[in-house]
Amino acid sequence: METAAVQPAARPAIHTTMRTELPADAAPLASLKPKLSIKGLNFYYGGFHALKNVTMDIPEGKVTAFIGPSGCGKSTLLRTFNRMYSLYPEQRAEGEIMVDGENLLTTKQDVSLIRAKIGMVFQKPTPFPMSIYDNIAFGVRLFESLSKREMDDRVEWALGRAALWNEVKGKLSQSGQSLSGGQQQRLCIARGIAIKPEVLLLDEPCSALDPISTAKVEELIHELKNDYTVVIVTHNMQQAARVSDFTAYMYLGELIEYDVTDTIFIKPKKPQTEDYITGRFG
Amino acid sequence: MSAVIPDQSVINSGNRIYRSRKRVNFFLLAVSSLALAYGLFWLIWILAVLLYEGGTALAQASLYYQMTPPPGADGGIANAIAGSLLMVAVGTFIGTPVGILAGTYLAEFGRGSWLAGATRFLNDVLLSAPSIVIGLFVYSIYVARVGHFSAWAGALALALLVIPVVVRTTDDMLKLVPNTLREAAMALGCPVWKMVTMITYRAARTGILTGMLLAVARISGETAPLLFTALNNQFWSNNLNAPMANLPVVIFQFAMSPYENWHRLAWGGAALITIAVLVLNILARALFRKTD
Repeated sequence: METAAVQPAARPAIHTTMRTELPADAAPLASLKPKLSIKGLNFYYGGFHALKNVTMDIPEGKVTAFIGPSGCGKSTLLRTFNRMYSLYPEQRAEGEIMVDGENLLTTKQDVSLIRAKIGMVFQKPTPFPMSIYDNIAFGVRLFESLSKREMDDRVEWALGRAALWNEVKGKLSQSGQSLSGGQQQRLCIARGIAIKPEVLLLDEPCSALDPISTAKVEELIHELKNDYTVVIVTHNMQQAARVSDFTAYMYLGELIEYDVTDTIFIKPKKPQTEDYITGRFG
Repeated sequence: MSAVIPDQSVINSGNRIYRSRKRVNFFLLAVSSLALAYGLFWLIWILAVLLYEGGTALAQASLYYQMTPPPGADGGIANAIAGSLLMVAVGTFIGTPVGILAGTYLAEFGRGSWLAGATRFLNDVLLSAPSIVIGLFVYSIYVARVGHFSAWAGALALALLVIPVVVRTTDDMLKLVPNTLREAAMALGCPVWKMVTMITYRAARTGILTGMLLAVARISGETAPLLFTALNNQFWSNNLNAPMANLPVVIFQFAMSPYENWHRLAWGGAALITIAVLVLNILARALFRKTD
């Protein structure tokens, strides 16, 4: 089968197997160490109340997916984790996001440091207008002064992790914008992991990609969770099922259900979640 | 109420609505073509006369190395060419950094603030202000105080004309840079100043450069501001603190005179400025197209 070749050898496709028993290895959420601990988070775009009293723990070293219909607040929630919203004066957040014992929303810490620790990859590929090499080196140079040799190694390492090295190793001095869409997105992921963040936020990273590039990115996410805490927003439920350990379903700014991914997809507790998962709604 | 549904398709070349739409299309196409022809007619006439009358002067080498002559004598406009080049260069050198920095404030730092809104509005006013106002302004604050005309005053007046053009294009070009690129830089923990200098300037550099070239093109032909500031000089002068010859004022003076040889030089100077501005504009367009 041709499609099997591009599937990241992950879980079996859930909808076709219809398991009723949960796998034994699914660790309950509460027993894991949280990397991000969100309490009573409210978010406003001017007068619009976009996130309503969200409380959840994002476990360390796992992949957590946010799903839900368009406009439900999943990207908004993601963008609070690295304070991206504070670039826009009309947006504000209230509540608590604890990371390493500090509340991100009120901390005196420089927001640049928070963003360097909590990396982000966006929906559309955003290569900088510079060479492939410099796209990676740019972020590294912000916090480290490396020799030429060390930087070369770092660039190769990051591009290798993002499964892009073999495609670009001969043309590192070409513009990053000359790459194809899928390559650009992997370049952005490489750029994100090159500075070695602790958390990686992925905002619909595959929505502009073809199936083969999507498969490569998903494979990459699987590998990344050994070293990083990954949070991914996705429109694609199969993708959430394939790549994540935990899944949160959101609707109209509220967190409806949050549990082990298999539980959400096989035995959701709330009827709303089930309606969305099974395609009766949304 | 019964629905009106035709028995057979009404889409054919005899359809009444289709035919009237074709007529309107033909009429509007004809009117806009006429308007185009009207505009081009005068433009081509002006250029043709300029090249015809100025051509002989341009072909004479003495135009480029001899000084502006007294009436009836032979000469060139070397001092005016040099003066224009010098004052345009100094004016651009002063005006461009101010314009780029102000435009950067508007597009990157002052987003949504009332100060940026007010600055943008005032800049647009300045952009369309008659250049004679700028000339009189510099005359009253500089020339009248120091008591003599000077090239510095001329360059200052030209800089004041450069600033609003560069502010506007820098602002516009930076605003064209997608916000996702800014967010991507910020997401790496990049400080704002570095994001601006390393990312958005790079993304907008051809646009900003184009704005600068257009500003140079604009000030190359300005007469009024120089008439009140640099005035004119019959001789070669490198002294920025003294009156300095320049092409627009020389053209103005020579063209108004009754002398035949002055007329010829004025035509030559006019053709020279036009060709220089044309080359600058083509250069700006070529630069802009390269990135598209």
